Amino acid sequence: MSRVRLLVGTRKGAFILTADGQRADWEITGPHFAGWEIYHIKGSPVDPDRVYVSQSTSWFGQLIQRSNDGGKTWEPMGKEFTYEGTPGTHQWYDGTQHPWEFKRVWHLEPSLTDPDTVYAGVEDAALFRTTDGAISWQELPGLRSAKGKLWQPGAGGMCLHTILLDPTNPERIVIAISAAGAFRSDDGGQSFQPINQGLKSPYELPDPDAEVGHCVHRIARHPSRPDVLYMQKHWDVMRSDNAGDLWTEVSDNLPSDFGFPIDVHAHEPETIYVIPITSDSEHFPPDGKLRVYRSRTGGNQWEALVDGLPQQDCYVNVLRDAMSVDSLDPCGIYFGTTGGQVYASADAGDSWRAIVRDLPAVLSVEAQTLP
Amino acid sequence: MIRVILPAHLRNLARVMDEVQLEIHGSVTTGAILDLLEETYPVLRGTIRDQKSRRRRALVRFFAVGEDISHESPEKLLPDAVATGAEPFVIIGAMAGG
Repeated sequence: MSRVRLLVGTRKGAFILTADGQRADWEITGPHFAGWEIYHIKGSPVDPDRVYVSQSTSWFGQLIQRSNDGGKTWEPMGKEFTYEGTPGTHQWYDGTQHPWEFKRVWHLEPSLTDPDTVYAGVEDAALFRTTDGAISWQELPGLRSAKGKLWQPGAGGMCLHTILLDPTNPERIVIAISAAGAFRSDDGGQSFQPINQGLKSPYELPDPDAEVGHCVHRIARHPSRPDVLYMQKHWDVMRSDNAGDLWTEVSDNLPSDFGFPIDVHAHEPETIYVIPITSDSEHFPPDGKLRVYRSRTGGNQWEALVDGLPQQDCYVNVLRDAMSVDSLDPCGIYFGTTGGQVYASADAGDSWRAIVRDLPAVLSVEAQTLP
Repeated sequence: MIRVILPAHLRNLARVMDEVQLEIHGSVTTGAILDLLEETYPVLRGTIRDQKSRRRRALVRFFAVGEDISHESPEKLLPDAVATGAEPFVIIGAMAGG
């Protein structure tokens, strides 16, 4: 019988939750790396027991850990993230130029074909890659050439948080940065172009239709339709049917179109999920009700999923990397909150329950479906 | 024998339970202690000082015989009490308390 493993990163360590295919009873191990911020932990799709971890604190910097046995044991790996050439400057909050400075790794995206190849999205925003299992990391500097001087940090920092690898085209990589926007490479990461046409940011940018500078919070897609992208922007939920060449808004009847994560059902490419948050200053659900919204039409027609979720006095947030889906049938959906709960649905979102309640603030959740 | 006290996070990382003891041949300086510490525990490279510039990380401080020596030259000789092991060389994470 298949199993599910959840890799949960929190403000004070990593936790690993496992269950059989029923997804009813969960075993928890952790905290791994107790006391450290675990921004992201993700396994290789080729070898699920190969797991990579971003471990950091402001005090002692960045580490990368690797497991070859599904998180039972760990090995510290290479942690030198050096920008290529002279790092240069980007825009600061006040519009002045500010030196590019490495702060942490936000997101690790293992290759779809090689367990030793991993992409890392870092703050200050840049894309790095290892091809030796995280012993060494090299920047793909073509990304910062895509108008990097105009990028600026969002409230959480200038982070590269989304890396989408294309299962049908190994040359195509889509990434997203707060607050720079979305970018696409069609040459394996050597060069990138902004793909922000159709995004509108009237409250954040002097030019609401600017080529770069939009605060993209997350992009997701279904592997069977790599050209269809779904985006949760700072405000607005967006959709592109041409790999980001043009975006259209699909927020429609959401109670708020602000939010962080967005994800796609494992078997229904037009079924997508978001978690509305009140606003950019009020990082909690509207009306104190934690609701996942599902659209079965690729956006615009949204239904609230509330069964099992708190519907009063709930003021947690759900961060951008903290939602994930498994590939069982029915599809399992998972998300973690800043209040330390991890909620799971084993029926594609119809009903939910907290499978753990009192973890440190959850930064990331990744679901692995195991044989 | 030089005694080095690490903050809890770094003790866990280096997998040491208590203070670390190092045998330094030559001048006992902050730089020499950190060189040998990183050589002995490679996982600590980059956690106390930048790997390339070798500058102290902003939120890390060094103490010797009760004095904050964070801003002194890493080449400056440390007090005899540290060099003889009577007193430890202390590395702390700044403002790490409640």
